[in-house]
Amino acid sequence: MRILPTSRAMRTGAVAAVSAALLVLSACGGTTRDDDGDDDAQTGDETTDESTADPAAGGDPGAEIPEGLSITFLPKQINNPYFDIAAAGGEAAVGEFAGEFNQVGPSDATASSQVSYINTLTQQGVDVIVTSANDPNAICPALEEARGAGAKIVTYDSDTDPSCRDVFVNQASPEGIAQVQIEMAAELIGGEGQIAILSATANATNQNTWIGLMEEELQKPEYAGIELVATVYGDDDDQKSFQETQGLMQSYPDLKAIIAPTTVGIAAAARYIDGSEYKGQVHVTGLGTPNQMREFVHNGTVEKFALWNPEELGYLAAWTGAALAAGQITGAPGETFTAGELGEYEIGEGSVVLLGPPTVFDSSNIDDFDF
Amino acid sequence: MTTAAGVARPAGGGVAMALMRFRELGILLALVLLVTVTAVSNPRFLSPQSVRDLLLAAAILVILAVGQSLVIITRNVDLSVGSILGLTAFGTGALLVAQPGLPLVAVIAVGMAFGAVLGTVNGGLVTLAKVPALVVTLGTLYVFRGIDYAWAGGRQINAADMPRSFLDFGTQRVFGVPVLALIALFVVLVAGWCLGNLRSGREFYAIGSDPAAAVLYGIPSGHRIFVAFVVNGALAGLAGVLYAARFGTLDATAGSGLELQVVAAAVVGGVAIFGGSGTVYGAALGAVLLTTIGSSLAVLRVSPFWQQAVVGVLIVGAIALDRLLSVRVARRLQGSGPRGA
Amino acid sequence: MVRDTAFERPDVAADALPDGPGRERGRWRSALASWDTAVLAVLALTVLVAGMLVDGFATQRNAGFLLLDVIAIGLLALPLTLIIITGEIDLSIASALGLCSATMGWLWLEGLPLETIIPLCIALGAVLGVVNGLFVTVLGLPSLAVTIGTLALYRGLAFVVLGDQAVADFPTSFKSLATAKIAGTGIPYSVLPLVVLAIVFAILLHFTPFGRSLYVIGYNREAAAFSGIPVLRTKFLLFVASGAMAGFAGVFWTLRFGSARGDNATGLELAVVAAVLLGGVSIFGGKGALHGVLAGVLLMGALRNALQLANVSADVLSMVTGLLLIASVVIPNVALRIREASWRCALATVPRTDKSTASWQPPGAEDRKDPTP
Repeated sequence: MRILPTSRAMRTGAVAAVSAALLVLSACGGTTRDDDGDDDAQTGDETTDESTADPAAGGDPGAEIPEGLSITFLPKQINNPYFDIAAAGGEAAVGEFAGEFNQVGPSDATASSQVSYINTLTQQGVDVIVTSANDPNAICPALEEARGAGAKIVTYDSDTDPSCRDVFVNQASPEGIAQVQIEMAAELIGGEGQIAILSATANATNQNTWIGLMEEELQKPEYAGIELVATVYGDDDDQKSFQETQGLMQSYPDLKAIIAPTTVGIAAAARYIDGSEYKGQVHVTGLGTPNQMREFVHNGTVEKFALWNPEELGYLAAWTGAALAAGQITGAPGETFTAGELGEYEIGEGSVVLLGPPTVFDSSNIDDFDF
Repeated sequence: MTTAAGVARPAGGGVAMALMRFRELGILLALVLLVTVTAVSNPRFLSPQSVRDLLLAAAILVILAVGQSLVIITRNVDLSVGSILGLTAFGTGALLVAQPGLPLVAVIAVGMAFGAVLGTVNGGLVTLAKVPALVVTLGTLYVFRGIDYAWAGGRQINAADMPRSFLDFGTQRVFGVPVLALIALFVVLVAGWCLGNLRSGREFYAIGSDPAAAVLYGIPSGHRIFVAFVVNGALAGLAGVLYAARFGTLDATAGSGLELQVVAAAVVGGVAIFGGSGTVYGAALGAVLLTTIGSSLAVLRVSPFWQQAVVGVLIVGAIALDRLLSVRVARRLQGSGPRGA
Repeated sequence: MVRDTAFERPDVAADALPDGPGRERGRWRSALASWDTAVLAVLALTVLVAGMLVDGFATQRNAGFLLLDVIAIGLLALPLTLIIITGEIDLSIASALGLCSATMGWLWLEGLPLETIIPLCIALGAVLGVVNGLFVTVLGLPSLAVTIGTLALYRGLAFVVLGDQAVADFPTSFKSLATAKIAGTGIPYSVLPLVVLAIVFAILLHFTPFGRSLYVIGYNREAAAFSGIPVLRTKFLLFVASGAMAGFAGVFWTLRFGSARGDNATGLELAVVAAVLLGGVSIFGGKGALHGVLAGVLLMGALRNALQLANVSADVLSMVTGLLLIASVVIPNVALRIREASWRCALATVPRTDKSTASWQPPGAEDRKDPTP
């Protein structure tokens, strides 16, 4: 067999030398993060200007909503019960103003799949896209292209970068969500003790925002006796959330409360505590759906938790989209519009519409809801 | 020469058998080591509650790993187990919503039957149409998952919808040991006995070691492989029922992505991916090991970002170790056999 | 790599047929039974039908969307085809992509210039491929098992590198490299690297001795080794190539989506494997063509695109993908058995000394051996 180590070694050496030279050369000059900041800011402004430069300067509150508006919901993930409830609300709204409703979405909760669907929607020429983003930036170029084709973009549940959407319909203010959870936890443990947070995926934008605000909230003097000992990630997976809850109980035996700002996490944690020796000793609270939590509220594992009504969220988002498409609003702060049965809403700073304060569920009202 | 070989072979066989068993011992050692390290760092890891949790968490993966190893031993693979579990879990939930009064045994039977039917599809395609299992089960992974989505839609069956007795079954204990873990143990023991003692069980190994020779020897390979897939499907169905009982919340995404975890568990447990060797005990240990790592890392407060990397290192390490041992065994066997025969 | 059991079907080339009137028909039949041609036909059919029935499919903008979606899969499929032809497999490609993407984000945060980062990421990909290659060739581990391990390992490292951050402030000039369209058409510029690389790989596979050696390795490893082909070195190089390509795809992915995250491209490996298998590459090794794979990639992309445009739900898409995969192996097999049945009929009329036609094997079958691990 022919073995030519020398020539192969020489070739490899030559390749290595050339690559090294290239690297050094490119390192001498090149686009780095710092000098790129201005460039991006400029282009960022440009696009914002383009999109908010509406032909009708300012909204026309009296404008009628045209019939046959096509409104498509694009949640983080299809076949997800939480988003399906929101879609039901959206569909009801679309029925009220005689539009065309549709819901599409990826089976994997990834940004790349969402981009593919957004492109499809652009191609179909839908009037309004209502989406909950898997990644705040990755879907922006696709959304921009959709806007270029004339679509209005409304985000709900999980926002994108403000420059690539018209309005964000937030279920509640992030501060409100963080506050209510800390309030509930504090009340449950009597204002003193160790608490931990069981979150979704490490990358989840909304959870991370709320967790940051919760940490800030805990700095307040009235919560001085409460110590946040750990934040763990259950990845919105039952099994993982179970194991993380177990880990928490073992690492922090004096834990008094677990806050899970995710419906999957709270269900898993409640289930674990229910079947364990820690029942009654550790309080579970956070964001959950009444249907999933009903059993635990009735058997005492969970005393109270919070959420908003996803159906109302979807309903409001659809009406917002219709208002945008009709020209009633342009998305600028201060504008008002009517969202069907929910009444009048005003657009707040950053083009955000708030649904309302979160609802606290406990044994007294949990049976009144079905979602 | 022949007498020397005749004398040498039993001795070589004895060492080989010890080394074979050592593979499972190796996994067991790794498990013990892991548990010890964690327990030293946090003694609560060995508390009854914690051990119960570990067993419960591992039960479902153990059952899946046992079924998968049956298939892998015959030199095939079944990538659709995650989808089968998802379908049967949702099916169980739907069944219980419609007929809350069904006894537990009936529910399990229906679940296993459903899984077996899905396994028949896989087995039929592989044996009758004689097509590679990797491709076929990759295809059925997509098809079954699609059926699951179509059936479940956005519905979610919650714990509140299912009878209390069924959910209790998920956490019940007998003498302190969770029922689910006992079921898993039972499955492991039965499967291990069948493979080790029944002639048809031994034939699985023959088919995996040398398919052509097995056919020439007269082993009905087609039947055996078909049976392996059907049993794997039934076990995945059983796992689906247990999943429904354990988690209580069922939707279209249940079981997604489990398949690679199951194959990893089997491989870590010493079941050679080329077939023909490995035991279900090893696969079960592999499943327990992988689940324990998840819990250990949580207890050891290792950054969650390192967990998956550690699992990956472990899988590769286990395969390398397995290979090292099998090479050593092969060398010993060669060394003791007659030369040039 | 998992090889199947007693049901290994030998691939009988047209030349192996006995001479006679059946031979011409046999050649046509084998060409038609060859899935490479079939998938091209299915692709053409799909595009035609979709263009006619689905509103908005046959436009330039949509073509651009379709192409952008398949570029990453296409890039990863090129070296994977070669790997599968040699009888191995690499399931860690998507995780390598993710790790390179996460590294790109991290290095960007550290302040390195993009011009340096991009070659570094491709080099990182190559290193990841080296690791795989070492495990498979030097340690002799089965590639299916090893790459499942490195799949988990690389994905885990991606999270270690970037944690829960998503780095998104890449300069627009670079991001548009990935998404800009060729003026006047909807075709993105980033298709060009894919086309160039596809041509390079096609030439490598079909027109060089190196490429031919891949088929030999996949068909019969021992024979390949004995005929002087450096089996281990070849496989090693293929894994390195696969890793480097994953690095390149990672750069593309990050620039296209403008977001570097640890979980980029999670689960993409199954889609790439499905596309390669759909393109007619035999999972046993030794058979397959690049044009089939490219057709497979485009077919999956076109199907997804068309079904999404037609508002068909995700479950149907999932089922169609699965059924196509199954069909891609069942149909050629059925065709082969029909062919063999017709041979048996033909040969039964010929007087033979050996009466046991049941043990008759088509010529070429004895040569196929299982490589013992």
